[in-house]
Amino acid sequence: MSARENGSRFVHKLWLAREFGIVVALGLLVLVTTVDSPNFLSPQSLRDLMLGAAILVVLAVGQTVVIISRNIDLSVGAVLGLVAFATGKLLSSAPGTPTVVAVLVGVGLGAVCGVVNGVLVAAARVPALVITLGTLYAFRGIDHSWARGEQINASDMPRSFLGLGTWTVLGVPVLALIALAVMLAVGFYLRNYRSGRELYAIGSEPAAARLSGIPVGRRVFTSFVVCGALAGLAGVLYAARFGTIDATVGTGIELQVVAAAVVGGVAIFGGSGSVYGAALGALLLTTIGSSLAVLRINPFWQQAVVGGLILAAIGLDRLLAVRAANRLRGRSSHGA
Amino acid sequence: MARDVVRSTLARWDTVLLVVLAAVVVVAGVLVEGFASGRNFQFLLLDVVAIALIALPLTLIVITGEIDLSVASTLGLCSAVMGQLWVAGLSLELVVVLVVGLGAVLGAVNAVFVTRFALPSLAVTIGTLAAYRGLAFVVLGDQAVADFPFSWTTAASSTVGGGSVPWAAVVTLVLAVVFGVVLHATPFGRSLYAMGNNAEAATFSGIRVARAKFWLFVVSGAVSGLAGVYWTLRFASARADNAAGLELAVVAAVLLGGVSIFGGRGTLLGVLAGVLLLGAVRNALQLADVAADTLNVVTGGLLIASVVVPNVVGMARTRWRRRQRTA
Repeated sequence: MSARENGSRFVHKLWLAREFGIVVALGLLVLVTTVDSPNFLSPQSLRDLMLGAAILVVLAVGQTVVIISRNIDLSVGAVLGLVAFATGKLLSSAPGTPTVVAVLVGVGLGAVCGVVNGVLVAAARVPALVITLGTLYAFRGIDHSWARGEQINASDMPRSFLGLGTWTVLGVPVLALIALAVMLAVGFYLRNYRSGRELYAIGSEPAAARLSGIPVGRRVFTSFVVCGALAGLAGVLYAARFGTIDATVGTGIELQVVAAAVVGGVAIFGGSGSVYGAALGALLLTTIGSSLAVLRINPFWQQAVVGGLILAAIGLDRLLAVRAANRLRGRSSHGA
Repeated sequence: MARDVVRSTLARWDTVLLVVLAAVVVVAGVLVEGFASGRNFQFLLLDVVAIALIALPLTLIVITGEIDLSVASTLGLCSAVMGQLWVAGLSLELVVVLVVGLGAVLGAVNAVFVTRFALPSLAVTIGTLAAYRGLAFVVLGDQAVADFPFSWTTAASSTVGGGSVPWAAVVTLVLAVVFGVVLHATPFGRSLYAMGNNAEAATFSGIRVARAKFWLFVVSGAVSGLAGVYWTLRFASARADNAAGLELAVVAAVLLGGVSIFGGRGTLLGVLAGVLLLGAVRNALQLADVAADTLNVVTGGLLIASVVVPNVVGMARTRWRRRQRTA
């Protein structure tokens, strides 16, 4: 095979990749904004952008793992809120707690919430949408009755922990590096591990997956624990970044997370999509927010744009699927 | 024979819900001071009217196996537009008609995406949930329009003959009867169950699946617009963030009411019982000075129990029967 042929195949593959569309949209958005105000690409505002996207990326990666298996986790915002408060409480009542311990406790608490979701979904064979809608209320309620209107401020937490939210390595925020590491690790797992591939199989056709001997219940359970643990990590990162925590932290963020995944090409009924797409979706949603501000467009447009983007993304996805199906049909009729 | 009828009625989820609802009302009436008063009854009904209204068309939609998450955003956008139109000087009668029409148009947008482009309604309505709420803020910003005529705002909470049954609840009940008849006593209603059980089979048996779903989404939008009018007048305030997050409460009530999220199963009576049960429990706990936060735990717990308990009971029953057969 010639190098040129190889190259054109690469271009073709790139063109077909779901993530390509988002990269183009993101590029256009950044281009337009930078032309209008060149400061948009200054190191400082890039850092802000990465900081803003990091938490949403971590959540979107966890959500992708669940959505791929044809489930959904609507409780992530409540888990984030609960863990953020728990972390703040731990650090303000025991200021000597090392940052690593705080992170582990937060991730562990998130994983426990994921276990609750996973047990209910996998053991009782009840749709995840209903279960996690229920636990969304329940976790948020626990958060509220624990906090009782209390607010934890940055001054209550050790500076070493808050540093997690502000430190940079070679100009890149630690928060963004953590999000990147999470994305790469989960992406590698989904692509290269048998149990990861099995999640796709479960999402494409749960009955067939069961018949072919995949332990569907166990895999789905694990995906909820992973999603919960990552929501917990996001809660810890939230506490470190903002330093101000009350019981309303993360309210409504679950829809942003699902939006990021959907915009990123993760099919809502399972079976396809990647964590890279979801992470790009999260980055795109965050960038829209800051672009609108820079372009001095009424910030109220942001949510409307996000909604339009979701519709465009799923529409485009359908269009590509139809085209691919037509091409396959054409090929098989030629073959016959 | 008679015993079988009793047993099958008792085994129905609607019956279970009505019994639980009655029990909650009796227990709360005895234990919670102020619960069993006409005035509290009036407020309880006023509080659940918006949820009950939106739940009516949503029940039919979920039975066909689809979902509409954009209902509360539609309510918010209709409320915002209502405010702007009123500020612009239109007569309130005309405003109400236009706003309900707008709701229908917003529902039609959902419908086009779901039926023409064959996209999953869950994804579509998460998109329009964001889009409509965003447009509501574009229309009205973070302002509030509050100068609606007093006669209209009091009408929203006025009661029949000055008693404890609000007119709004009567209107909702009439609509509920209409939706109930359509769902349970017409061929169209039966066809909705068929779609939910097996859309392909329904198509082959001559049911126009796409057309039926199209109109259900349009009606859902129009009723959400009507709920927007009610909400605006009841709280005498048109705001872009009106009823933010209410979609979760409505979905919770519908599912608690025994409608299967996969479609094909559920009754309107069950959903009304579910709406009232959630409303009564929250109202009683509020009066009993239980913190508002605990209410969320109760709501979530009820929702989970409503799907887990029947499932676990069903599984246990199958296992028991199998053991009987082998024994």
